[in-house]
Amino acid sequence: MLRSFGSVLRRDIVVTGKDLVAFLAQVLLQPVFFLFVFGKLLTSLGYTSSGYSDLLFPGLVALTATVTAIQAMAFPLVAEFSWTKEIEDRLLAPLPLWAVAAEKVVFATLRALVASAVMFPIGIGVLGSIPYRADGLGLLIGVLLLGSLVGACIGMTIGTFVPPTKINIAFALIFTPLLFTGATQYPWPSLAHLRWFQVLSAANPITYVSEGMRAALVPNIPHIPGWVCLLALAGSLALFGTLGMIGFRHRAID
Amino acid sequence: MEVRELVKRYPKAQTDAVDRLTFAVASGEIFGLLGPNGAGKSTTIGVLTTRVRPTAGQALIANVDVMVAPQTVRSLLGVVPQRNNLDRSLSVRQNLLFHAAYHGVPKAVRTRRAEELLEQFALTDRANEKPELFSGGQNQRMMIARTLMHDPSVLFLDEPTTGLDPAARLFVWDRIRELRASGVTIVLTTHDMDEAAALADRVGIVDSGRLLALDTPAALVRGLATGASLQVTVEPVGELGVAGLLDRLGTLAGVQRCEQIATEAAAQSIRLYLTGEAAAMVAPVAAAVAEVGGRLIGMKICEASLEDVFIDLTGRSLR
Repeated sequence: MLRSFGSVLRRDIVVTGKDLVAFLAQVLLQPVFFLFVFGKLLTSLGYTSSGYSDLLFPGLVALTATVTAIQAMAFPLVAEFSWTKEIEDRLLAPLPLWAVAAEKVVFATLRALVASAVMFPIGIGVLGSIPYRADGLGLLIGVLLLGSLVGACIGMTIGTFVPPTKINIAFALIFTPLLFTGATQYPWPSLAHLRWFQVLSAANPITYVSEGMRAALVPNIPHIPGWVCLLALAGSLALFGTLGMIGFRHRAID
Repeated sequence: MEVRELVKRYPKAQTDAVDRLTFAVASGEIFGLLGPNGAGKSTTIGVLTTRVRPTAGQALIANVDVMVAPQTVRSLLGVVPQRNNLDRSLSVRQNLLFHAAYHGVPKAVRTRRAEELLEQFALTDRANEKPELFSGGQNQRMMIARTLMHDPSVLFLDEPTTGLDPAARLFVWDRIRELRASGVTIVLTTHDMDEAAALADRVGIVDSGRLLALDTPAALVRGLATGASLQVTVEPVGELGVAGLLDRLGTLAGVQRCEQIATEAAAQSIRLYLTGEAAAMVAPVAAAVAEVGGRLIGMKICEASLEDVFIDLTGRSLR
């Protein structure tokens, strides 16, 4: 079984490897512009304070990881189940169903980790310097890994529960709120005076990736404690992992 | 391969898609599964290929229960679906190689087998191309070659020649016969009755989820209440009109029933279903047409075929 699992994973890596530049451009264009306009441009024009980029960078790495994982999962899954039917060949392989789903999660997570890793040299390039703390490395890796896994499972949930004809509208309705309530551009504890938005942000798993990244990289900025972030992400993983698996089983077997 | 009292009811459906279906397919046999659209063929194949969960009953492949050990079953079977599900991101050769890798075929074996199958299915020239721009016939060849990569002992072919040109169809037929000769059990679903008659050792006809008949094509045709038929074309019909002509022909001894099957300009085509020898009816029919003032412009003897069996069992209504 391990050999089959490895072959299915190898297939995804081979296909992505052929298109590595396109893959990176697709996932990095948006965060790079965010970083440039909000982290660099507005600061140099004097509209934001110079510390803002330190706050923004960890949030954008978090956003890149999660969103890349969601996209790497949801779009191909919808296409493979409804239009191209490409997944059938893997569903008919002598692998348990959960292993086919798990491979998708592993692969989406790998993509997300690669994309978020590339954000670091890009951050240095755009901002000149980025916050870094060797002590925070363990937490950083833990948060990014969990965040990517959660993203992959959210992607699997969307990709299997939303009917294919409605996937475009679903993405528009899901993505924009996800993008702006994930504490990417602001630290969550500072929302105390805007209680409703703070509660809304607390419901978005990306918040815990952003806050966990800040706990790891810029602990002087008020943030949710790292262990709370890890716990919240583990809970999200259990929830969306279960939902995604139910959806996958539902699409794979009548 | 065996199906016992198989039942499948989809959620929210009023009736069973498969209703206590029971049949067995012998090892090395080509079994044709026929039925109108929505008859339950695809659901039955879905259960056998582990993609549909049955509501009740049992399905066995090589004595392995598909519900108990789906992974073992998947390693034994090959599936060629009706719809193209090739991996569009991979080349033809990679499609074959990865399929074998998913099935755990060792690298040396899969490399050798891929070259053999590419050659056998006339795909070597285009082995490094992606299948996006391939014709239906090339895709079909590729899908058959792909599934043979893991050397399945039971092969499911869902309408394998629909939409193919005659040469491609004959090519696929030849490969199917070769596979039977090498001991592979084949389950074939098709709407092409000639294909079923030409290839299948036995045929099962299903409708509304139930098995209506199961036998060799020849035995099914012999079992028809009507035997041969005569197709008669007249122009003009004569003074009594089509209805009058049908009445007259229907009363002839040896005619079981007759029906109008086509109208082209003033010409009418009528089909007579006979109880006996068709040749013996040619003269009496010609005389009867002349009697009502019609002019006979064509007559064709049609031996009964599997299609007649199919229509006789499942009716003419569209669904």
